[in-house]
Amino acid sequence: MTDRVEVSLTVNGRPTTRVVSAHLSLLQLLHDEAGVADPKYGCGEGVCGACTVLLDGEPVSSCIVLAAQAHGGEVLTASGLTSPDGTPSPLQEAFHLYHAAQCGFCTPGMLMCATAILAGSEPLSRAQIREGLHGNLCRCTGYGPIVDAIEAARGVR
Amino acid sequence: MSTDEIRSSKQQELRVVNRPLARHDAAGKIAGTTRFAGDFAFADMLHARLVRSQMPSARIVRRDASRALAIPGVIAVLFGEDVPNNVVWVDVPGQTIEVAALKASMEVLATERVRFHGEAIALVVAETEEALAEACQSVDVELDDLRGVFDAEEALSDGAPTVHDEGNLLAEWNIDRGDVVRAFAEADIAVEGEYTTQFVDHAYLETEAGVAWYDDDGVLTIRVATQVVEHYRDIARILGVPESRVRVIAPFVGGGFGGKEDMTVEPYLALAVARTGRPVRMQWTRSESLLARAKRHPMRMRYRTAARRDGTILAHDIDITSDSGAYAYLSALVLLYSAVHACGPYDVEHVRLRTRSAYTNNPPTSAMRGFGGMQVVFAYESQMDRVARELGLDPVQVRKRNALARGDVLPVGQPIETEVLIADTLDGVVARAGVRPEPSGPRKAVGRGLASNLQSYGRLVWLNDSAAAWVGFQLDGSLTVRCGVQDIGGGQASSLAQIAAEILGVDLDQVTVHFGDSARTPLAGTTTATRQLYMSGNAVYEASTILRDQILRALADETNQPFESLSMAEEGVVGVDTALPLREALVVCRRRNVPIEALGTFFGPKGRPVVRDLRAERVFPDFTFGSHLADVEVDLDTGHVTVLRYIACHDVGRAINPRSVEGQISGGVVQGIGMALLEEVVLQDGVNMTGGFFQYLIPTAADVPDVETVILESGEGMGPFGARGIGEPPIGPPAAVIANAITNAVGARPTALPMTPERVLACIEQGGRAGGEGAP
Repeated sequence: MTDRVEVSLTVNGRPTTRVVSAHLSLLQLLHDEAGVADPKYGCGEGVCGACTVLLDGEPVSSCIVLAAQAHGGEVLTASGLTSPDGTPSPLQEAFHLYHAAQCGFCTPGMLMCATAILAGSEPLSRAQIREGLHGNLCRCTGYGPIVDAIEAARGVR
Repeated sequence: MSTDEIRSSKQQELRVVNRPLARHDAAGKIAGTTRFAGDFAFADMLHARLVRSQMPSARIVRRDASRALAIPGVIAVLFGEDVPNNVVWVDVPGQTIEVAALKASMEVLATERVRFHGEAIALVVAETEEALAEACQSVDVELDDLRGVFDAEEALSDGAPTVHDEGNLLAEWNIDRGDVVRAFAEADIAVEGEYTTQFVDHAYLETEAGVAWYDDDGVLTIRVATQVVEHYRDIARILGVPESRVRVIAPFVGGGFGGKEDMTVEPYLALAVARTGRPVRMQWTRSESLLARAKRHPMRMRYRTAARRDGTILAHDIDITSDSGAYAYLSALVLLYSAVHACGPYDVEHVRLRTRSAYTNNPPTSAMRGFGGMQVVFAYESQMDRVARELGLDPVQVRKRNALARGDVLPVGQPIETEVLIADTLDGVVARAGVRPEPSGPRKAVGRGLASNLQSYGRLVWLNDSAAAWVGFQLDGSLTVRCGVQDIGGGQASSLAQIAAEILGVDLDQVTVHFGDSARTPLAGTTTATRQLYMSGNAVYEASTILRDQILRALADETNQPFESLSMAEEGVVGVDTALPLREALVVCRRRNVPIEALGTFFGPKGRPVVRDLRAERVFPDFTFGSHLADVEVDLDTGHVTVLRYIACHDVGRAINPRSVEGQISGGVVQGIGMALLEEVVLQDGVNMTGGFFQYLIPTAADVPDVETVILESGEGMGPFGARGIGEPPIGPPAAVIANAITNAVGARPTALPMTPERVLACIEQGGRAGGEGAP
């Protein structure tokens, strides 16, 4: 019925190979095929950011990236931020402490966007953090607690 | 981070409650391990999707599934005739008795007539999402266009096309108090305004989703994103099976805001499982969610207000029309909320109020955060500023002069029983605000606005609301709480853990809360109406208190100490100069046949149902009061509005978790700012043009400032530890605050939401530049 392709990629350090439809999105591959359920479907058109993952270190909306495009790539999702012994990362700790997750549905995407924001070396103002988050929607927190958490993780405060 | 303030007037010695603790439910959400409704899966799971009407008003001429059924992997296509009882009765969901009949129903799957763009006509079930997509395109539905009506006032005019045979008037509520005609005649001034609000979408990030299956006990089990597990009763009725054969589980929900209060995917999942016997998943796309799920009511609100020279409000003459869309849902009750809240947190002696809700061929409207109590804030707080301006008075003073106080009676007839801190909330935001900022350039104008509100918490009193919770010690001293509360992200379950831990003297990390299961947790009612902390919080308080007293009584008997001298603390059961570790105390209880568990049920206050002409001693349990202030900058060339600063102050009675309270306020305010400036579901003759987040714009982090919160704790609420509800109240003021600030900046008043750059430019032209209406 549809063209099928073999996709091999590393997800949170685990090598994964699947034969999938050529137009399957990376989000569907992760969520439905690879059992990595933390990136979320929120809009399917790359607007809300709930599906944000790092692909070879760059934040992408996995709902508008084809699985085939990620072939050979390294994917990091929010659940991959936790260390193998279960210890949360400093960013995750800060999200917890500052109530940056309410319903929690945007949180995995927010964490990956925040990871990308924090990857730079220069200090960031709150306004710059807010600008960096503009592609990730949250309907619960009003964003302040998320900015607080990122600032705290950054060690600015 | 903004340094938020808490000011308490009645202090209590508390150990766990009232502390800004990290929420116990957040760990899994942040680790990415929490499984939301759509994340659940079975190996042999099927997928389901709806075929929806492409027209807003049409007769169904033909439905044919033969082409769809021929596609490999398609298991079933259901039409209305395949539904055992194809009727969703409009009733208020929950565990309570039937509400006065609204003689309104809708079909689960439409058979003869569709009344809005997006109405469900067929349910398709397939092995894969791919087959499903193809099959949905292949179900043949022929529609014959019928003349529709797309405006509520037009729907109520003579000769309008009828949406339902009974006529287009769905509900009407009126209030007459005092002598409005005489009040206007004797008043020094009268001001008038007409205000309109738009269709607003809940826009939670998690679209409607669930997975259903026959569990090993043969019970049809639905794990679904819902605010109301007790819809299992509705589902059983649709299937024609006993209520005991349907179970609904609400996992952590990815946002609710009222949008998951009515059923969404539940009946379809149930039908698909009943037909196929296999597990089924359904998840709506964002476009389906925007298209088909009920929205917030657009309202047209006409206010005439009479006042004395000193700023005393003498009378309101109010006329409100709301658009209930194609089906009733909760529109009649939403309108009732509008009627009861229409005069705001003020004592108004003379009131004439007429409210009507009309069927149209627009999308249905129903519950959304604020539930009719929030649209009216835009109107009454605009009027308050108009009065202040007309009289040359300070808007803060005008509000204080008219503020409700304990013992005052609302126009509907309900007396206010708890202390009202409106003046304190006004002082709170004004003191915090300090000096107004300067414009950032020559073609910019800065304005300051404020607004106060009241919002009920708890359900309408004749619904006989109740909530139950079970609290029990494990033998190792850890604590289990079972409560049917749905946790939709506000920390509902986490707050219950704090309450139980406080009363029973255990550490928070020793408490586990099982929640949201219609079969296995005591029913606690809906997570709606700002009622969970109030109702389930009181139920857990009750259960924990019963359990504590059982244990203390057993220990008093065992050790020959007075009951009153014993308490539960981290050390265990503590007496005057004794301390028995908890585990040993539990052994004593078991030896003495004293249970180490307890069930608590909390019942809300009671009252008689209302009739069309409202006169009630009690409608709601109580209200939450607050005031907000904002500084905005208006770009005089583009009409763009930037919110520079936003401060919100509410009396929350007692903050069970101050961080959660701040989160509710901050989140509610930003949703309110979205409604004020950005959001609108756009319709063209009933055709929904809003297909995704490209069109439906909710605020991003870059669009809004930090929300600064000032929390007042009067200790006066009806919830546990004197708490009031805070889920809905903060969404009321923002539109009025921003409208008042824009008016202050440009000299003319925006009266239609959202206040888009085009509308603000029109105000700028009309107002002829800055320095207009009174600044607080």
